[in-house]
Amino acid sequence: MSDLHNLSVKALATLLQTKEVSAVEVATRFLARMGGNPHNAFLDIDSAATLAQAQASDAKLANGTAGPLEGVPVAHKDVFVTQDFATTAGSKILSGYRSPFDATVVQRLRTAGMVTLGKLNCDEFAMGSANENSAYGAVQNPWDTARVPGGSSGGSAAAVAAGLAPAATGTDTGGSIRQPASFCGITGIKPTYGRTSRYGMIAYASSLDQAGPMARTAEDCALLLSAMCGPDPDRDSTSLDVPAEDFTAQINGSIDGLRIGIPKEFFGEGLQADVRAAVDAALAELTKQGAKLVPISLPRTELSIPVYYIIAPAEASSNLSRFDGVKFGHRAKDYTDLESMYKKTRAEGFGSEVKRRIMTGTYVLSHGYYDAYYLQAQKIRRMIADDFQNAFKDCDVIAGPVAPSVAWKLGENANDPVADYLADIFTLPASLAGLPGMSVPAGFGAHNMPVGLQLIGNYFKEAQLLNVAHRLQQATDFHLRKPMGV
Amino acid sequence: MSLTSQDIDRIANLARLELKPEESERMLAQINGFFGIVEAMQAVDTSGVQPLAHPVAAIQDIALRLREDVVSEPNHREANQRSAPAVERGLFLVPKVIE
Amino acid sequence: MSKLVQGYEVVIGFETHAQLSTNSKIFSRASVAFGAEPNTQACALDMALPGTLPVMNKGAVERAIEFGLAVNAHVAERSIFARKNYFYPDLPKGYQISQFEIPVVQGGEVSFFLEEGKETVHKTVRLERAHLEEDAGKSLHEDFIGQSGIDLNRAGTPLLEIVTQPDIRSSEEAVAYAKELHKIVTWIGICDGNMQEGSFRCDANVSVRKPGEPLGTRREIKNLNSFKFMQQAIDYEVRWQIEQIEDGHKIQQATVLFNPDTGETRAMRTKEDSADYRYFPDPDLPPLVIGRDWVERVKGEMTELPRVMAERFVKDYALPEYNATTLTQSKAMAAYFEATAKACGQPKLASNWIMGEVSRRLNAGEMTIEQAPVSAAQLAALIGRISDSTISNSAARQVFEGLWNGEGEVDAIIEAKGLKQMNDTGELEKIIDEVLAANPKNVEEFKAGNAKALNGLVGPIMKASKGKANPAQVNALLMKKMG
Repeated sequence: MSDLHNLSVKALATLLQTKEVSAVEVATRFLARMGGNPHNAFLDIDSAATLAQAQASDAKLANGTAGPLEGVPVAHKDVFVTQDFATTAGSKILSGYRSPFDATVVQRLRTAGMVTLGKLNCDEFAMGSANENSAYGAVQNPWDTARVPGGSSGGSAAAVAAGLAPAATGTDTGGSIRQPASFCGITGIKPTYGRTSRYGMIAYASSLDQAGPMARTAEDCALLLSAMCGPDPDRDSTSLDVPAEDFTAQINGSIDGLRIGIPKEFFGEGLQADVRAAVDAALAELTKQGAKLVPISLPRTELSIPVYYIIAPAEASSNLSRFDGVKFGHRAKDYTDLESMYKKTRAEGFGSEVKRRIMTGTYVLSHGYYDAYYLQAQKIRRMIADDFQNAFKDCDVIAGPVAPSVAWKLGENANDPVADYLADIFTLPASLAGLPGMSVPAGFGAHNMPVGLQLIGNYFKEAQLLNVAHRLQQATDFHLRKPMGV
Repeated sequence: MSLTSQDIDRIANLARLELKPEESERMLAQINGFFGIVEAMQAVDTSGVQPLAHPVAAIQDIALRLREDVVSEPNHREANQRSAPAVERGLFLVPKVIE
Repeated sequence: MSKLVQGYEVVIGFETHAQLSTNSKIFSRASVAFGAEPNTQACALDMALPGTLPVMNKGAVERAIEFGLAVNAHVAERSIFARKNYFYPDLPKGYQISQFEIPVVQGGEVSFFLEEGKETVHKTVRLERAHLEEDAGKSLHEDFIGQSGIDLNRAGTPLLEIVTQPDIRSSEEAVAYAKELHKIVTWIGICDGNMQEGSFRCDANVSVRKPGEPLGTRREIKNLNSFKFMQQAIDYEVRWQIEQIEDGHKIQQATVLFNPDTGETRAMRTKEDSADYRYFPDPDLPPLVIGRDWVERVKGEMTELPRVMAERFVKDYALPEYNATTLTQSKAMAAYFEATAKACGQPKLASNWIMGEVSRRLNAGEMTIEQAPVSAAQLAALIGRISDSTISNSAARQVFEGLWNGEGEVDAIIEAKGLKQMNDTGELEKIIDEVLAANPKNVEEFKAGNAKALNGLVGPIMKASKGKANPAQVNALLMKKMG
């Protein structure tokens, strides 16, 4: 079958279970498409390792011990540590690093039967909104190779959009799953903070980082999320004691009478007309199915930018202190003493955006500034979370744009990091509140670039979000459209 | 408020980052650019508001999970040191530490 | 009123790091056993490998609760773990997980006796806090030219850092406090107390001031790992600070190390940014919540504390408070006393013998009570033979000597050495008559009213009885015969 790469996870799983194709055939097909590393989406590819996993899956399919996703390929964002592939988090400081263990998410998807295709490019330590901050080069957007795929899970989004992988893992700290999914016209969900284990996810901002699936359809995301999430009591103290669910169970439920909250702050001047048009059209489609639009307010939406860009860098500055050239990773060649070894190693190993955030974070935590910045930000963070709880008194889910614009041109914001920060405005609030959020293809905007609809649910309401997204995808075909040549 | 180049030097030293002069200058400009949007945050009255550490604590109490005091980590020294820059007789080597 | 040194008042506060006696580390499942090959007990988390996350050890929390109860402190319902950020090769994550704003143990006090000149004074030191944190690894400077070797086996070992108020006023008080604290943590079994292996490490914050003046600038003496050096180091530091002030210098805050060879303290190389630790709550660890029911359960399971046991000794055995406290220096000592007292029914005699003869020989042989060759049962039997006046006190010391040298059981030794007192009047009267007959002159003088003359008779009688005669009985019979 030549169009294997265009099949959904669900379709591939069925073909594999019914033995119409073998895991090795499927893996071989995707490895062939990955040849030459289109769009610079991958950072590590190892056919031998992938085929070994595929053979193991075929054995399980043969002896009836197969998992629900046995033999279906998946590629992992490079912030998940893996034994079979190198892990760099897109940074020079981890060049060639080999982890002695697999991340919980990686191990759970393998247990469900998924075969690893390789490791995906991303912004260095997941710090970025365009995937231009990778030490191993930018990733191209398959819809227009002169444009960014979004970030930080840009490699994941590009790989799925370009049919290099049927699904991928991503991580979302301030929008890093939702925004690239929107820019590349695929579906992605960030679950409630604490739903998926952070063990084996190289930490950027501990109180915000969450893993989630990225695929073409909401149903595929549901299949992966069901396998990924659940408590990890022995490994991650922030993972919650909330049992995993089968998120496909009610995926086709009616949305008749569903109250969709429309935050006015998400539809101000900042939002570009083409994006607004696509989002409005998608909302109209949902109302056709009986959903009601309810005006709500999230008054501190703009504040979420400074709050996020204080909290995340503060935590990052501490999380990245372990990269000191002593236990693993890069160490500078020339140094005079311990201090210079530290300083040169970190200066050589980290890229400019990472250095910027380490500096900002170190400053806001330093003596005399903690209360004014970090503590103040954590307080406003609670106010933002409370704003959502107030909003959810009047609605079941919240909807709006993922980003103010479609994907911009590579290099456009190169010398203006703050411009990238401002573009995160619609994804930061849900991240700060730890709420589940997703991006669903909603149509196309300027330059025929994809536009995503953001859906935000209350804590642990992932199933409801996936249901709404699925209903939209039953009525539209945006998620099925493909870039030229895919 | 805005930072000075002395602040940049102090922070860079705290963070163990060697910055070239031009890097420091760019860093100063960019960080001060960012602190422009931080001022809005300073104005917010947060008196009586508890900071939110674990986000889900916004709706329920989150307590630290405790594990039983059991040893279950075998010796994986070789695998754990596989990516180490300098090791001798199982010890990580670093430039002499002076006390 | 605390005594002054050259007119200065000494002010000392203590910070003690007690390694908790758990099996596994505070945040990982690696072993904490001492002396393993380098980095063989440092798991992925202890090496801070990317992706690892801390998971709290219940055993460490339980020990913190026990300590809090032992020192009458408040065990916090909710305490917070924070990150202390600084770069050092033995600190793998680049930060230490500790407790900063809200520690698990709050307040409390440690009381003890100490000798001041002739008298024994009672002293109480208030505790400020005790918090849970992780230990660092070790840097080895030997045999690596120009380099140091890092061993992370110790990294992540659970510590309880116990901080006092600046209540200590002399090096003697400091040592007495440290010994009492050491007694408490080993008594309740939360720490093995092994100072050579670094299980119990003390830092002393020392300053001096003229009475009534505000606190002077303090210097912190690090890693005082023996009670002997502790006193030397503090005495040196106090003299040094007074000299500086007398010479018109200001004391600069500093961290100093004591060098046992020179007997001096020397300031450590100070990092200019060492003060800026950028503490913030660790986002990897939600608040530590300790329910009251848990505290009650621990209280119920805890062994009798030394001070409680001492009070009981005073009440049940009518011992002086000082004896009771001395006998509760260690569990073994207390058990030895109770066994002896119960077996012989003479608690006061038992306490005298243990604090006297037994302790003297233990100290001479640098032995602990567990190593004493004389069992509690044997000591009780010996005391029994004194009280039933089978032997005299002086004879009892010879018997004890025999017991100590393993010459057999009490009665056998009395036999072998022929130390039984002569309680048979007939034989004694015979000796007395012979002596009287042989010394008519003394008899005359005594009858003439010279009481001294009696000694001239008692001596020969005791001699003739080979010391077995009971002196009281001898006197009585003499009176009767010459009355």
